[in-house]
Amino acid sequence: MDFNYTTLIPAIPLVVFLVLGLLNNKLSHKAAGIIGATGMFVVFALSLFTAYTYFFQVGKVDGVYQKIIGFDMTWLRFTEELVVKMGTLIDPISVMMLVVVSTVSFMVHIYSIGYMHGEDGFNRFFAFLSLFSFSMLGLVLATNIFQIYIFWELVGVSSFLLIGYYYQKPSAVAASKKAFIVTRFADLGFLIGILLLSFNTKTFDFISLTDPNGSAISQGGGIAFMGLSVMTWSLIFVFMGGAGKSAMFPLHIWLPDAMEGPTPVSALIHAATMVVAGVFLVARLFPIYAISAPEGLELVGYVGAFSSLFAAIIATTQFDIKRVLAFSTMSQIGYMMVALGVSGYGGHEGLGYMASMFHLFTHAMFKALLFLAAGSIIHAVHTNSMNEMGGLRKYMPITHITFLIACLTIAGVPPLSGFFSKDEILTAAFHSNKLIFFVQLFVAGLTAFYMFRLYFRIFWNKEPHYHHAPHESPKLMTFPLIFLAIASIFSGFIPFEELVTSDGMPIEIHTEWIVAIPAVLVGLIGIAIAFVMYRKESALPDKVANGFKFFYRWTFNKFYIDELYLFITKKIIFNYVSRPIAWFDRRVVDGTMNGIANVTAKAADLIKDFQSGQIQKYGFVFVTGAILLAMIFIFKWFVL
Amino acid sequence: MLSELHLEHFLIVSTIMFFIGIYGFLTRRNLITMLMSIELILNAVNINFVAFNYFLYPNNLHGQFFAIFIIAIAACEAAVAIAIIINIYRRFQTINVENVSEMKH
Repeated sequence: MDFNYTTLIPAIPLVVFLVLGLLNNKLSHKAAGIIGATGMFVVFALSLFTAYTYFFQVGKVDGVYQKIIGFDMTWLRFTEELVVKMGTLIDPISVMMLVVVSTVSFMVHIYSIGYMHGEDGFNRFFAFLSLFSFSMLGLVLATNIFQIYIFWELVGVSSFLLIGYYYQKPSAVAASKKAFIVTRFADLGFLIGILLLSFNTKTFDFISLTDPNGSAISQGGGIAFMGLSVMTWSLIFVFMGGAGKSAMFPLHIWLPDAMEGPTPVSALIHAATMVVAGVFLVARLFPIYAISAPEGLELVGYVGAFSSLFAAIIATTQFDIKRVLAFSTMSQIGYMMVALGVSGYGGHEGLGYMASMFHLFTHAMFKALLFLAAGSIIHAVHTNSMNEMGGLRKYMPITHITFLIACLTIAGVPPLSGFFSKDEILTAAFHSNKLIFFVQLFVAGLTAFYMFRLYFRIFWNKEPHYHHAPHESPKLMTFPLIFLAIASIFSGFIPFEELVTSDGMPIEIHTEWIVAIPAVLVGLIGIAIAFVMYRKESALPDKVANGFKFFYRWTFNKFYIDELYLFITKKIIFNYVSRPIAWFDRRVVDGTMNGIANVTAKAADLIKDFQSGQIQKYGFVFVTGAILLAMIFIFKWFVL
Repeated sequence: MLSELHLEHFLIVSTIMFFIGIYGFLTRRNLITMLMSIELILNAVNINFVAFNYFLYPNNLHGQFFAIFIIAIAACEAAVAIAIIINIYRRFQTINVENVSEMKH
């Protein structure tokens, strides 16, 4: 089987982007929507076809899934050794990501036709969506770390463009800048990591980098610096880029603000696909992490665990429904990071790796569903604040049911997909790090609590006075909800342990009751607490908030991390670094240039009166000069 | 009679003429007078050419040719200069050189 055609998968959205971008206002909204959605449908079909042929027909050789280069070309040849290639790499995780990205993207395209109906920048929106799809698909198919970096930046740009879609709104502009700057800062680490890694291993190529018997891994970690090998340092730097994209603490501050973008964008980029790029990156380089840089992998695990706890705590106090979902996303990505962090390479040791990819898949489905349902709600009541919602179940039955399914899924209620993937993660953590296991178990309870807090506040509780009665969204918007709800329910039955594993070989898994029962119980307790507190309007939530006054205030203000950043940048960096540099630039660099200009101007001022336009003055100067010259020559030749 | 005149006499006359020309060129404000001064300078040079030719190289005629050249060029130059002066007069209603300083811009 030839996978050459996989280049079409990123190429189609690129063409759609160019067509929509160049024709922008020449196309009607309807045409733009149809072109965008059709393009994505083709990509969706191709991805499913690729997944089918890869997983069930040609991927497996001797019981092991192979890494296949579908297409390869030399892009830049600097020297004989330094060659940058472009291509498509087909292996379990890239095929899985293709399915995730194309499914969610296709659903979001359909949904957006309804959601963005009548907006001014409709065509621009679809052009950017296609640009994003192109970049994300290119990212997951990358054959080498350089290519992934290029597409990595491209998804950053598309994210920036889409967050700032409402460019007339100052908060959206600020959010887009914040997202771009924070992730760019993280990408600085990624770039350093790439340079260190490729300098150390002499290759960009993923296949040779991650071959457990290859030279990159067998050469070991290299010389040590501060107790960690060069390999570890480079992978920690790479992880810094991944942490920035995946909104891990402390680089998470951009994600809540990114909710300023249109809701379909939040669903596609800031829930299902782009933000898991960090997880994908670590998974892509997983054999090196596991074998050459175990300390780096440990860091991944702890950062993931902390972020997931941190975000879950904040999510319990927020009132903006999209922000609750944003923190929930951060928390769930923390889960995926944890799973990678506690995983080993190969065989049953690699359970965490498989669990992480599993959770990535199910999370993409149910979190996209949650966001799209939230968008449907916002569409109906024109507000983001849950204080102005309540009792919506009567008005929006489809949204209500699908949202409930997603909440149950994320809470880990069996037999929905979230239960299976979360259970695998907890099992992996249980066998490797008890501390992380208990943290994640607690987070599972928090997750159930804040999701059902959201659910009850929106669909039950007290009904506020609506200006006009909310109504169910059009079919274009409910169809993706239903589709994703079905995916959320059933994706847990996909046999991931046979398809996506750390070394390509299927592993055996069995449910461990010692993990599964507490996990489900904790989830049910979370739901029960939310039920008691938010099913009907009561004074209980306020009482609890008052009971933990200090802690509540800190949580509500997201532990003042934003303020801390502002303090560091404005008070310290601006004052003690930027200001001296600005002074130097203005006084010394500019001063030199201005000085030169001033001297020239002064000199010109002095002699400009010679240029009088009086021909006789010129004549006088000329004659005087001639006489002087004559005298000099006479003196020289005749007198001396 | 010519034998009593030496080269020095001619040179003295031409030098005097030359400096009268320079003086006139630098002090007169009237463009026509300045043009006349230039003619004086040119003729001083002509005298030099002819005198040097006659006294130093009596068998050649190069100096006299040059004198004729210069006379021809002086004629052209006078024609052009007078044309310019007429235009200046039309534009500025004067041929006083001090009032014609537009060229500096």
